[in-house]
Amino acid sequence: MAVTKETLETLTNTEPARPRWLQAAIDFTRKRPLGALGAVIILLMTLIAVTAHWLAPYDALATDYGAMLASPSSQHWLGTDAYGRDVMSRIIYGSQTALIVGLGASLIGGTLGALIGVASAYFGGRIDLIVERFMDVLISFPLIILALAVVAILGTGLTNVMLAIAIPMIPRCARVVRSSALAVREMPYVDAARAAGFRDSRIVLRHMLPNVMAPYLIMVTAFLGQAILLEASLSFLGLGVQEPVAAWGLMLRGAAVEFAETAPWMAIFPGVAISLAVFGFNLFGDSLRDALDPRLRTQ
Amino acid sequence: MTQPLLEVHDLVMHFPVGGGMFSKPAGVVRAIDGVSFNIRKGETLGLVGESGCGKTTTGRCILQLERPTSGRIVFEGIDMVTLDAAELRAVRRRVQVIFQDPYSSLNPRMTVGQILEEPLKVHRLVRDKGERELRVRDLLVQVGLLPQHAGRYPHQLSGGQRQRVGIARALAMEPALIVCDEPVSALDVSIQAQIINLLEELQARLGLTYLFIAHDLSVVRHISDRVAVMYLGKIVELADRNALYEEPLHPYTRALLSAVPIPDPKIEAKRERTVLRGEVPSPLNPPTGCVFHPRCPIAVDRCSAEIPPLREIRPGHWVACHLA
Repeated sequence: MAVTKETLETLTNTEPARPRWLQAAIDFTRKRPLGALGAVIILLMTLIAVTAHWLAPYDALATDYGAMLASPSSQHWLGTDAYGRDVMSRIIYGSQTALIVGLGASLIGGTLGALIGVASAYFGGRIDLIVERFMDVLISFPLIILALAVVAILGTGLTNVMLAIAIPMIPRCARVVRSSALAVREMPYVDAARAAGFRDSRIVLRHMLPNVMAPYLIMVTAFLGQAILLEASLSFLGLGVQEPVAAWGLMLRGAAVEFAETAPWMAIFPGVAISLAVFGFNLFGDSLRDALDPRLRTQ
Repeated sequence: MTQPLLEVHDLVMHFPVGGGMFSKPAGVVRAIDGVSFNIRKGETLGLVGESGCGKTTTGRCILQLERPTSGRIVFEGIDMVTLDAAELRAVRRRVQVIFQDPYSSLNPRMTVGQILEEPLKVHRLVRDKGERELRVRDLLVQVGLLPQHAGRYPHQLSGGQRQRVGIARALAMEPALIVCDEPVSALDVSIQAQIINLLEELQARLGLTYLFIAHDLSVVRHISDRVAVMYLGKIVELADRNALYEEPLHPYTRALLSAVPIPDPKIEAKRERTVLRGEVPSPLNPPTGCVFHPRCPIAVDRCSAEIPPLREIRPGHWVACHLA
């Protein structure tokens, strides 16, 4: 075949190779625009949380008794609450609480759940049976009820709330990861590791866990939105993060209920923040699940 | 005669099927039903039979991947079945395995170097990190790969290359016995020959002993010193390679060998073939007497009533048949 001018042109005009992660991001956006929207919301929220110190116009804890229940204005864009604290600043700082509790709870719950799931699948037999029935018991409680029970035992506060949300996550993640781990357990490389005389802990951690990363990551991202909502619910019920820490659920409580009619901005804006965050995480989590699910990948 | 490297005495492996936490199992699959053989140091014992006959399960029992229902597996004078977990870990290193499927037998999340280094580290065979790297290179070269392959992931290698990594992993532990569970049946014919030659070369160089499990009769004939034929959880014939292939005494062995095509159309057209009727009976409910009698072309009444013991009919030639 003769090399024509055109072929030469097409050969030389190929687009410069993009980095792999960028290409993956572009493909993801093209295939799942809603998921990308979720990712943008998450990124924005993270950015706000990280730069809260510079971004917030006021100190989230500073009270101003001269401007109590002030309606949105050029001074306080989203108004102030019953103590004269700037609502926008509290929402901005509240994103930190939401992210810390959400990420912390999902990672703790997801990791413990994954460990239990993989170990249960690896040992099998009676151990598997007992662990699974125990997980059934935990899963039979609705998320919020179990979280409430844990808070009742541990007490309130940021760390305890994180644990309270992590514990209901454990059985859910354990179940999903176990089903993947059952397949991995039958792989010859696991047999090879056993035949090599490796300890059970090494086989579970080094040979099985890395091969069930996909369901683990999906569970963690999918649970993030729920964890944020759960933290807001617990705080709203007075069993979560305590005043004066800036937290969205907390802002909906107390005076916000009392003055709902005269100062609706106290409840509306934190509510919007919660909805937006949960919306973002759920969209992204769902899209990620679909993108990583091999059965859906061909579609 | 010196003591064999591995002695298997009356190995039985039954798998319960059905049944829940409190209920009794509905039945048992008799995967292995009283198998005995031994392997001498430095030899290759071929184990052949059709799929489902228990040859792989026998290998898994020897590797202690399954706990046998009963029987003894004596390796270098130690009964492995009675060992506790810590004692077993030490012995396990000496019995290694090469799997059939080179695609799933390597952990996809580890590089070749990590796969080969891990046993050296865990069993403290080579303590120094630099020396371990040298040993990994040495292992790669021994199996015909390049030292650069250490940095690759399994999915970056071809099937034959992966199988070589599998062999190197087995060698890393300096084993005495390697259970080769159909090591070439998943490979292209051209690669099969390379891997077989590699296995033979390593055996000669390192004094290895193989239990070679396969269903390919010509491959087994090529590599084995002695061959055992299994049918439905039992050994029906065990003999030196040449004796078995030239003078098979068990009707099942004869039928198996007559199924091997001869690459000469003239002989192929003339030769008489024993074609077995029916299917292999279910190991859930094996036939009475000789397990082969429902399909046996020469069965008599006695075969359905009495279990034929494995008898030494000629020196070194064992057959489980009343009529042999």
